Amino acid sequence: MTVSQTSLGSHEPVLEIKDLTVKYRGDTRSTTAVDRVSFSIGAGEIFGLAGESGCGKSTIANAIMRLLRDPAEIAGGSIRFGGRDVLALGKEELRRFRWQDVAMVFQSAMNSLNPVMTIGDQIVDIFTTHAGYSRKESLRRAAELLELVRIDPARLKSYPHQLSGGMRQRAVIAMAVALKPSLLILDEPTTALDVVVQQEIMAQIKDLQHQLGFSVLFITHDMSLMVELSHRMAVMYGGRIVETAKSRDIHTAPRHPYTQALMGAFPPLTGPRVPLTGLADGVKFSNIADLREAAPGHFVAPLPEAQAAVLQGAQS
Amino acid sequence: MTTSIANTASSLPGETLADPLTGKTPDGGTGLPPAVSVRQSNRSLLHGLLTNKKAMTGAAILFVFIALALLAPVLFPDNPSKITGMASQEPDAEYWLGTTAKGQDVLALTIHGSRSSLFVGLTVGFASTFIGILVGLASAYFGKFIDEALSLTTNVFLLLPGLPLLVILAAFLPPGLGTVILVLVVTGWAGSARVLRSQALSIRSKDFVAAAVVTGERPLRIMFGEILPNMASIVMGTLLACIIYGIGAQAGLEFLGLGDVSTVSWGNNLYWAGNEGALLTGSWWVFVPSGVCIALVAFSLALINYAVDEVTNPRLRKIRKPKSDKPKLTQADQPKPVPTGKRAAA
Amino acid sequence: MRFILRRLGFYLIAFWVSITLNFLLPRFMPGDPVSRMFARNQDRMQPEQIEQLRKLLGVDDRPLWEQYFGYLHNMLTGQMGVSMSRFPAPVTEVIGSQVGWTLLLGGTALVIAAVVGNLLGILAAWRRGGAVDSALPPLLIFIGSFPYFWLAMGALYLFGVTLGWFPIRHAFSDTIGPSFSWEFVSDVGMHLVLPALTIVLVSIGGWMLGMRNTMIATNAEDYITMAEAKGLRPGRIMFRYAARNAMLPSVTAFGMSLGFVVGGALLTEVVFAYPGVGYQLLAAVQGLDYPLMQGLFLTITAAVLLANFLVDILYVRLDPRVRSN
Repeated sequence: MTVSQTSLGSHEPVLEIKDLTVKYRGDTRSTTAVDRVSFSIGAGEIFGLAGESGCGKSTIANAIMRLLRDPAEIAGGSIRFGGRDVLALGKEELRRFRWQDVAMVFQSAMNSLNPVMTIGDQIVDIFTTHAGYSRKESLRRAAELLELVRIDPARLKSYPHQLSGGMRQRAVIAMAVALKPSLLILDEPTTALDVVVQQEIMAQIKDLQHQLGFSVLFITHDMSLMVELSHRMAVMYGGRIVETAKSRDIHTAPRHPYTQALMGAFPPLTGPRVPLTGLADGVKFSNIADLREAAPGHFVAPLPEAQAAVLQGAQS
Repeated sequence: MTTSIANTASSLPGETLADPLTGKTPDGGTGLPPAVSVRQSNRSLLHGLLTNKKAMTGAAILFVFIALALLAPVLFPDNPSKITGMASQEPDAEYWLGTTAKGQDVLALTIHGSRSSLFVGLTVGFASTFIGILVGLASAYFGKFIDEALSLTTNVFLLLPGLPLLVILAAFLPPGLGTVILVLVVTGWAGSARVLRSQALSIRSKDFVAAAVVTGERPLRIMFGEILPNMASIVMGTLLACIIYGIGAQAGLEFLGLGDVSTVSWGNNLYWAGNEGALLTGSWWVFVPSGVCIALVAFSLALINYAVDEVTNPRLRKIRKPKSDKPKLTQADQPKPVPTGKRAAA
Repeated sequence: MRFILRRLGFYLIAFWVSITLNFLLPRFMPGDPVSRMFARNQDRMQPEQIEQLRKLLGVDDRPLWEQYFGYLHNMLTGQMGVSMSRFPAPVTEVIGSQVGWTLLLGGTALVIAAVVGNLLGILAAWRRGGAVDSALPPLLIFIGSFPYFWLAMGALYLFGVTLGWFPIRHAFSDTIGPSFSWEFVSDVGMHLVLPALTIVLVSIGGWMLGMRNTMIATNAEDYITMAEAKGLRPGRIMFRYAARNAMLPSVTAFGMSLGFVVGGALLTEVVFAYPGVGYQLLAAVQGLDYPLMQGLFLTITAAVLLANFLVDILYVRLDPRVRSN
């Protein structure tokens, strides 16, 4: 059975992406960064999107919030959120959709905070714009938010450069959940942080997810982190999804050679030590086919005969 | 005095605007060429310029003026200051641009004037840029005390008000072309030094320079062989800005009567026009040509400078460039604005 | 605080350099300024003034270091000697009567150019490829390519001589004495229009392009994307997030121009015979009035340095990152 890059999620998907294609248009040639990608995220589900840098995962995140800038544009497919067509939203609708329905935590907290505004003012901005609260009320709520992510409310008056890296990222997470969105996009939220802080931040996110019940689109190249956190996941390569299934299934039985290589490239956070293996030199996948259901709920892009043979040769 | 406006598109936005009034800070383009394959990136700069409409327009205008300057003795073999016609004649078939209050041919004065103006502009431009390169490279390579001392000197010279200093220097020195050039270089080098220093510093911190130091290459070789070739675009921008500064400042100085009054140049033409009351008598044809010439040359250089910026900094362009994946990736290559750079340096 | 002290130290060094330059110039330049001056002003000068002048310009027999410290002392206590062209008025008095006009002209022109130019720059960067972004930069570069004094001459000829809309010289009409009446103020205003317009025209392009290019760089920052993702209103993002950051370099530039305006308006002042320090400086040079020349140069330098220092203090208020380290 051939399914066009679809994975079957929970019954009522919050986010539904179908055949999404994003191109970067140049004056001479254009590059396809995301190629006919489909997936959906159910209510309260944590969905992981894994892959090496440059594979198109961040582009998908930006496409969902319609943040793509000039050379990049959505060339096809659809994005539906709670039944609404995101790509058809008007300017004002889009502005409200952002952060009220979907919020995002960016890769680098240092760069995503305005350096000349206090943390407090940057949170207050969200409340005054979307909820119409007074400044005083907004500040009170901002203080609550900081307490939620275990930052001293006195830090409201601090500027971004006065906080540590972990604190900044937690402040950004606080901002992201300010309006209780139904979907939170985490775009490599911990790459810039050291391992201990990484663990703290991830625990924080899990905690918040329990309390507030939002769905999560979690983007990372760190497979072990992803397997730990997400319910279901997809692995991307060159703008295509090569494998998608329950995280547990991918963890125990990765089927696509690229997934196998990715799993081997990161040490497991717990359990016995295993030697790391990666993708052999010079191995590239091209013309990735549509997904097929290899096992119940486990979809894999089949390899052409020739490629499979080459891969066999490279590995032996 | 002419402002070198195109210089504002630089990697140090704060510093480049330094003086919209006197054009005191001549500086250059932006964009850090990648460390690898210098020759290729410099060739692509050239290629980019050759296909850039602004650059080609600028080059065409400049070429016309250089040709006129070279051909002046052929076109008007007579001494241009000679009184040939009636005083204050309007432009007609014989005198295309009319005559001055003394009865000199304005066209001859204008074309001959390009010689001195272009010569001084180019000399001042090259000399200031050369000093800027030396100071910038020495600062970046040696660092520490030498850098402190050089950048302190540079910043002091940048802060001293340019035009008044020019006037004072010109007043004390014996008049002549040499004085004009000397004075313009003294007041103009600091701007280029500052820009080139900050660029050289960022290249100095690259790994391939460190590698050259470790392998024991000689300082001069590292400065001129490793660092300088990577600054091609910014050196070019600086040079253009310095030439604009030189031409404008010379004209200003001469207009004040502080230049070499005996030579024929655009600035002196305007000085005489003012002195002979061309404005009040309504002889617009006496002061319009020289001013327009200065503006056209400065404009052509500014266009080229602007084009250098566009070629080296894709973000300033409108054309779309193919990119691989994340839009953010390309930004890492761009030098970030450093609002406090100058402060740290001082 | 350390930042402010460092800057203060730097400005003191710069001021010391300019005093020293002033001291050295007449002593080491070829030719003898004093004898040139004597030739012109002989009949008017008293013997003790000649003596003073010798001391000032270093043509007396004291050793150099003694001359130098004497000179430093004189300058720092405001004893700049007597003006030759405005004999026997002290230099400080002559300068005092001029500074106000330059501040008025330069200040007006600078504030208008900076405010309008920066706003245009913000607009151009925000609407890339729009009318403001595509038409204005080349036009402003072209206008900015004209020499100051030439635009001033053109404005004077067109609006002053030919059309007769504005007065063509001086800061106020001879017929009206300075007073705080509406008549006088409006007269000063009319005299201000053409010179200020010239300066604004030439300098506005620099402001606009500078702001535009910084804004373009700022717009690519992650915090702008985040602000957009936050669903803030466009105006809020444009001013509070993008322009607020992009203005920081502009503030530095403002400081430098603020000071330079005092000297930079010189050419405009000369064309319009506007009685500011620039016009006076040229008159001093033509009249071989060396004490006045030096005094004016020092005053202008001091103004530049002071203005920059004030801007540094402002900068610290605007950029929290400088404040803490």
